[in-house]
Amino acid sequence: MKRCRKCGERAVIYMRQHRLALCKEHYLEWFVEQTARTIRKYRMFTKHDRVLVAVSGGKDSLALWDVLWRLGYQADGLYIGLGIDGGIAYSDRSQEVVEAFAQERGLHLIVEDVPTLYGESIPEMARRTHRGRGKPCSVCGLVKRHIMNRVARDHGYTVLATGHNLDDEAAVLFANVMTWQVGYLARQDPVLPARDGLVKKVKPFFRFYERETAAYALLRGIAYIYDECPFAQGAKSIYFKEVLNRLEEERPGTKLQFFLGFLKAKKQGAFAAIQEQAEGELHACEVCGQPTTAPGRCAFCRLVTPLTSPTPTPSP
Amino acid sequence: MKDKARGTATLILRDQTFTVPAGITVREAIRHAGLVPESVLPTREGELIPEDERLQDGDVIRLVAVISGGWA
Ligand SMILES: [Zn+2]
Ligand SMILES: [Zn+2]
Repeated sequence: MKRCRKCGERAVIYMRQHRLALCKEHYLEWFVEQTARTIRKYRMFTKHDRVLVAVSGGKDSLALWDVLWRLGYQADGLYIGLGIDGGIAYSDRSQEVVEAFAQERGLHLIVEDVPTLYGESIPEMARRTHRGRGKPCSVCGLVKRHIMNRVARDHGYTVLATGHNLDDEAAVLFANVMTWQVGYLARQDPVLPARDGLVKKVKPFFRFYERETAAYALLRGIAYIYDECPFAQGAKSIYFKEVLNRLEEERPGTKLQFFLGFLKAKKQGAFAAIQEQAEGELHACEVCGQPTTAPGRCAFCRLVTPLTSPTPTPSP
Repeated sequence: MKDKARGTATLILRDQTFTVPAGITVREAIRHAGLVPESVLPTREGELIPEDERLQDGDVIRLVAVISGGWA
């Protein structure tokens, strides 16, 4: 029987890659401390920053908001209503969970509802534009990125934080390496600095295994949406996570080394040539004013048919 | 294992149920069910339980899936 490294009580969790066993109380404490360390080490933000946390109702984003609140950061939440039903009222239930979470802690939540703002749900947009071979995931990603940046700019937030964990990052990296999408490799980073109207983006949980964020949510008693987004079922991301977990099972620490090794290689300039290309000049979209790679309308404005005439955001 | 406990325990993951022999550890039971321990968290009555705990006859262990999908 494993005992807590801090107090010697019976451990509830053992992290093989760190050879670390902890009881409930000390796990919760360790998790919060580790997040604070990551935020400092990677210079993500300080107590002076106004942080906007993208919350979906899932375990990772709610755990992140909880931890940032406990650490005393100025962290508000942004929930984006996607209009996904999937027979389980997915979006409605997610919103309820997020609203209850914010209310219990007295936190400020901004809600942006896609069908209300743009007249169509995410699945409807995907169907109309025939994007993503029956899956609305690429449309969803595009819309979420656009709204997150717009809200952050409009409300004066200096940092956007998302709940991505190490398994998310390792799975994306694995998928991009399998197909040698080198352009994506250059852009994948737990800290993307602000540039040309894009707000700084950070992932304070990127060193935690998914198992650890789930354990935190469970031990902290956070009510989160356990059901998948109905479109995530059978997603490639899940498949790659399972493959990586099988490797991890045989060799603890594999996932962590894979991703941290990538960041190190990148820091040493292994992707410098591609990075330069990826960091080409950005232009302001002629409709919404948000940054885009090519002059003219941005990908978002080409996608949506807004009900309300959009007000361009002035460049900072 | 010194004393082979008799009986069985049950693992539940979403809508799947697995019957495993009592006496083995939670971790062994998860592998026995063909699952990857890294992808689940074992709970009993809503509480997280250690993976090195030995299962008793009649134990019901609910596995919380930790993997969520989508590229977020
Ligand atoms: Zn302890
Ligand atoms: Zn635009």
